[in-house]
Order: sequence, then structure tokens, then C-alpha cells
Amino acid sequence: MLKLYDYELSGNCYKIRLMLSFLDVVHSIESVDFYPGAQHKSPAFLRLNPMGQLPVIEDAGMVLRDAQAILIYLAARYDSQGVWFPRDDPVRLGQIAQWLAFADSITATASVARLHDGLLYSHVDSEAARLGAHKLFRILDEHLYFCEQVEQTWICPGDQPTLADIACFPYVMLSEEGGISRIDYPALRRWCDRFKRIPGFVVMPGIFHAGPGLEASTV
Amino acid sequence: MTVIDSIDPVVRDLWYAVAALDDLDLIDVQESVLLDTPINVCHDTSGGVQCRTELRPLPVCERYGYVWTSLGSPQTDVFSIPEYVEPDRRNIHAATIGVHTSAPRTIENFLDMGHFPYVHTGILGAEPHTEVRDYNVEVSVERDEIVATNCLFWQPMAAAASSSGADVDYIYRVPHPYCAILYKSSPIDDKRLDVIAVFLQPETQEQVRAHMMLSLLDEASTDHQIRLFQQTIFGQDKPILENQFPKRLPLDPRAETPIRADKSAIAYRRWLSDKGITYGVIPAAA
Repeated sequence: MLKLYDYELSGNCYKIRLMLSFLDVVHSIESVDFYPGAQHKSPAFLRLNPMGQLPVIEDAGMVLRDAQAILIYLAARYDSQGVWFPRDDPVRLGQIAQWLAFADSITATASVARLHDGLLYSHVDSEAARLGAHKLFRILDEHLYFCEQVEQTWICPGDQPTLADIACFPYVMLSEEGGISRIDYPALRRWCDRFKRIPGFVVMPGIFHAGPGLEASTV
Repeated sequence: MTVIDSIDPVVRDLWYAVAALDDLDLIDVQESVLLDTPINVCHDTSGGVQCRTELRPLPVCERYGYVWTSLGSPQTDVFSIPEYVEPDRRNIHAATIGVHTSAPRTIENFLDMGHFPYVHTGILGAEPHTEVRDYNVEVSVERDEIVATNCLFWQPMAAAASSSGADVDYIYRVPHPYCAILYKSSPIDDKRLDVIAVFLQPETQEQVRAHMMLSLLDEASTDHQIRLFQQTIFGQDKPILENQFPKRLPLDPRAETPIRADKSAIAYRRWLSDKGITYGVIPAAA
């Protein structure tokens, strides 16, 4: 069975939990004591991932690290419809890859600010991280605004959400824990609400289900 | 006038937990802020701990697995948690987590049972079990603390060791303006209570570090399971706390409209007012 090495409060691990839930993949979870145990820096874990980072999966004898890489693997292996990662569509594949890299930049900024403010990471430059996150949120907000103008619901063209949406969602949604308000990004907020209504959506600490009142207003 | 001179003397002379001893094994020198003053905590050469500002060393003591310090001259010892020394208890540092809100807002959230079914759905509460039944609140003059007793709430999964839903008994103590202790029915011993304490370190008036200490009767769960349970709960509280405005707690009784379930919060606000606390609050107009 597929095994996910997981930490409940990690947005990158949450990306994988979302994908597994959307695709309804049977799996087991190995909870790693990230804080305060620092188990991800233990010799046993470093043998699994020398970068000392979560998430990691084990599946059919293979070990894979990096949230974005795992998303690609899961979609390619378990999404028989090819919805989340359309293997035969070069244009959309390119766009998805572009936003996966963008999601990594969100991790390097919004997630860093959250770790600084929330979890003892006092050695990082949280002001620079916040500034960087705001630049990215502005870009994504504008992109989503123009998507809405042509009735495009998701980050990449098509009727269905893709890996791009999963990869960008967690650290956008957790940004306030790092002191990054989303008040100036209305299109980003609307996209977050749409994301929460994808069938199979699951929550994590800090992220709630969409309210019932909003549900009616999106029809 | 420096910031510290403007802080009310009651707040200045209190003890504050500022670092978990466990965390000093992870990070040698813990830098943080106490009442707008940057501080650092580390081990000293003799194996003890030291805490200092840029300019001067601060008093330190070790209690409940944490380093405590003060910017002033504490008049008393850190409040007592007698259960901590019982030999069969598991004393665990669950986490230190930073939150963008004031210390008093965080204490009030800790005292509130009304949010359980909505914020901690499936764990500390579940609809339709939403009623906060009447409970008792008193201020102990002798111990100078607020005590709420006879708090009963139905919980689907009250602790890491729970296997099913149960009516759970709570007792709350607020022995310090920015610290609170919760006693709740132990899932494995019906005569004794689990202890969950939150020690807040106000970094600024609108930013805290919450140090969470557990003292449990649980022989089965691992430390990691116990911590994760508490971290999940606190992670769920975080966005709620960070979205309360104003971030400072208004002490004017007319500023916010309480319901009967908020009895303990009403007592807490009055107690802060009577003490003359001005840090992290909006004082009532004289």
C-alpha cells in the first residue's frame, strides 16, 4: 500500500493528502514528529530523504520526495482519466509545470513567513518572505481575475482543476498565519472558495470547509 | 521613555514562560520577544539556563519544562500546578506556537466551550451537541485566580487516548493574566483529571507565543501522538484567533455582547480590569 510520511500541520504534506483524497487512493500515513521532535532530521529519515524534508511517499518499492514531484506521480499513476495532469496535452502540461514551479516559490515565501511567525523559525527574514509572497499573490490574483473574465474557473484552462490548483492552494490559504493578508486579492479569495468545493476536498488545521451560505451564491 | 517603562507594573513584574527546555535541544539560542523587548534564552556553561536582553541578564527559573523570566521583579513564585509532580503522569511539551493576536484573546478562546462543535468538529465537539450547560465561576481571593467548575461538554474524541464520545468534565484555572490551566476527565482514570496548560508569552500587544504543556494519565499513546493531538486542536483555533478584531481584548463590559456561556470570560475581563492590566487589552474608560 502507498505510504505517506506526513506532518499534519505541513501545507506541503496537505497537498498530497488532498490529491490522495481527490483520487480516492487507498494509503497509510506514517506521522513524522516534525516539531518538536525534529524527526525529519533523524538519521533514519535522512536515509529516506537526504534533504530532511516532508512529504515523502513509498509506493511499490519506490521512494519519492518533493510535493510537486509526488503530485505528478500520483496523477500519472492513479488518475485514469488524465484530468489532473493531462498527459497528452502539451500546452496544458507546460502551463501546469509553470504553476508547479510558482507553487514552490509560494512555499519559499508564504510558508517561510508562517514558519517564522508560528513555529520558532526566528533565523529567517520574515519581512522579505512576506514581501515576496505579496508579489506572487498579486500575480496569481491578476491571472485568476483574467481567467474569470473568460469563464475559466481554475488556474489552467479546462473544465476541471489540475495539479496547479492543488499545488498553489495550501500556502495561499495558510498565509495569514505568516501575517500575509489576502484582503487585497479578491480573485484569489474567490478561487480558494471554489477550490474548497471540489468533491473530495479535505481540511487541515487552519483550513475550514466552505460555509454553506457561500455555496448557494456560487451557482 | 522606553517601551518597558510604559508597561503597567503588574505585567512587568510577572513571570513568563519564554522557551521550552526541550526546544533548547533543537535550537541552542532561542531568540524571541517579551513585552516588546527582544530576549534570548540559552544554556549557560554550568548546565543551567540564562535569559537576557541586549542590555542585561534577566531573572530565570525552570518550571513545568519551561524557562520562565521577568522584565521586572517578580513578587511571587510561578503559580502552582500540584499534579505536575505526581509520579505516574506524562509531562509533555506539546508545542510553542506563535499567533497574531493578543494574549487575553488567546486565554478567552481557551476558556470558551461554545466553539468546540464548530472549530474542533469531530474531536472536541459535534453538532447537534452544541449546548454549553451552566457552570460555576468564582475568583479565589486567597489564590488570586479565576476558577470555573462543573463545566460539562459532550466530546466525540476528548483526548489522544479516547476511543469513543463522552460527556467530559472540565475545570478551568486562570492563575496568571496570560496563563490558563484546563483539567478534564481522563479517558483512562475516572477519578483523576488530565491537565492541559497554556503559558502565553506576549511578544507584543498583538502577538503571542503559546507554550503548551500537557500532564496526562496516558500509558498507551506515544509522545508524538499526544503532541499531534494538541497541535491539531491549536492549529484549528489559530485562524479563529487571528481573525478576531480588535486584536486587543476590550474590557469595557459594553464593548462586546456576551452570552450566558461566556460567564468565565466576563469574570476574566473584570479580573484584568481590577488588576489594572493594560497590556493586550483596551481598558475600559475610567
